Amino acid sequence: MRKFQDYRDSVHFYGRIWTAAAILMLLLAPAAICVRYNAWPAASAVLKGLLGVAPIFWTTGIIEVLTYAPMLGTGGTYLGFVTGNLSALKVPCALNAMSGAKVEADSEEGEVVSTIAIATSSIVTTVIIAIGVLLLNRLTPVLENPVLDPAFDNILPALFGALGVVYIAKNPKIAAAPMLFMAALFLLVPGLSGAVGVLVPVGALIAIGVSRVLYKKGVI
Amino acid sequence: MVHVNSPFLYVVTAVMIVFVIAQSAFFLARAVKRARQLGIARTTVRKTISSSALFTVAPAIAILLGVITLSKMLGLPWPWLRLSVLGALTYELPAATTTANALGLTTGETVANATDFTAIAWVMTLGIIPGIVLVFFRLRSIEKGVDKLAGKDERWRKIFMDSLFLGMISAFIGLLFADIRKGLAGYIPIVVALISAALMGVCGLLIKRCKWAWLEQYALPISMLGAMAASIPVTAWMS
Repeated sequence: MRKFQDYRDSVHFYGRIWTAAAILMLLLAPAAICVRYNAWPAASAVLKGLLGVAPIFWTTGIIEVLTYAPMLGTGGTYLGFVTGNLSALKVPCALNAMSGAKVEADSEEGEVVSTIAIATSSIVTTVIIAIGVLLLNRLTPVLENPVLDPAFDNILPALFGALGVVYIAKNPKIAAAPMLFMAALFLLVPGLSGAVGVLVPVGALIAIGVSRVLYKKGVI
Repeated sequence: MVHVNSPFLYVVTAVMIVFVIAQSAFFLARAVKRARQLGIARTTVRKTISSSALFTVAPAIAILLGVITLSKMLGLPWPWLRLSVLGALTYELPAATTTANALGLTTGETVANATDFTAIAWVMTLGIIPGIVLVFFRLRSIEKGVDKLAGKDERWRKIFMDSLFLGMISAFIGLLFADIRKGLAGYIPIVVALISAALMGVCGLLIKRCKWAWLEQYALPISMLGAMAASIPVTAWMS
């Protein structure tokens, strides 16, 4: 049987091919629309729009790669960064799968389970959106029913409440400092809620720093 | 003039959707094959697939709602494409509205001018692309960097990974406190999170006491969906 590194190398090989193709197709999609309608936008119009979103979203995009890549594993990262929706879907899905299968994130078993979870999640998401779009006329009155609004408004609390209790119960000593810091930060500066992606690595650095000190002191 | 729901735009979207499904199926098949080689039980693989699918349902419906939200401005196919590949509503909506504002358009109205539509399409694409470009060029060196940072001590590596997860979870738990200055309604996310945590605790008890091992993989989606359902009466009560 091939070693973990050989397997990872082959995932890198195929992952880079798929990612290159994805980048090319992503750029070809708006280009095709420009050609079809003979409507290339002025560079200044695109720049104006980009100036509004690029500073925060380019930073978040780079931070997401640095933070989530170790959690998702090699295959999960190549796939997750093409299919998107990482924080609220792919990363928790991978964590849940690895926890359920009782495998460690930086082991080969973790790599494989994470990839299976993210691939499944990507396919199911794509299929649900496709069915939803095809049945839009029938589904819109149900989905946009105001009664259901609170349920969809509270996806993140519902997700991170359950996920949080598992990880906090497993590591209460490591969890305390970043939790208190983040709770205090959002209490003092509620406007930061739009930048939660940027704060993920801050939480990670605090948790790693605290756990290193506790580990060295033999507390954990 | 652009027809935002034209067959051409549906074809462009369909090509991307097929690509995403093909890539996912390719990675899934390889990972399942490797799981077999590693001796991971078939039931574990099956449970991973079914629990991941169940877990995905609610967030996927939320993404569909995002497609519907954006469709009022950009039609169905383009938001469908953007939210199926790379995108997330937290990014796509601001990208579309910021560009529309920069172009002097009213954000609630359907974009009819082809040049305006393509400007928005380019901003939505270029604004989200750095992550995937970084993955293409630097993933290998990022992995080496993390390996170096985590070191060779196996026990520390496990703590390091747990800390990374807790760092992410702490940011989203902290987010629950962002609205509590708004009065009772601001506490709704905290109550929903506590209900979700309690449901997870009940699942944990059932797994341990009643030996319901099958529940292990489904505890998170069940707790999440239960808390989402509970948020409806909770919101009615606390608003």
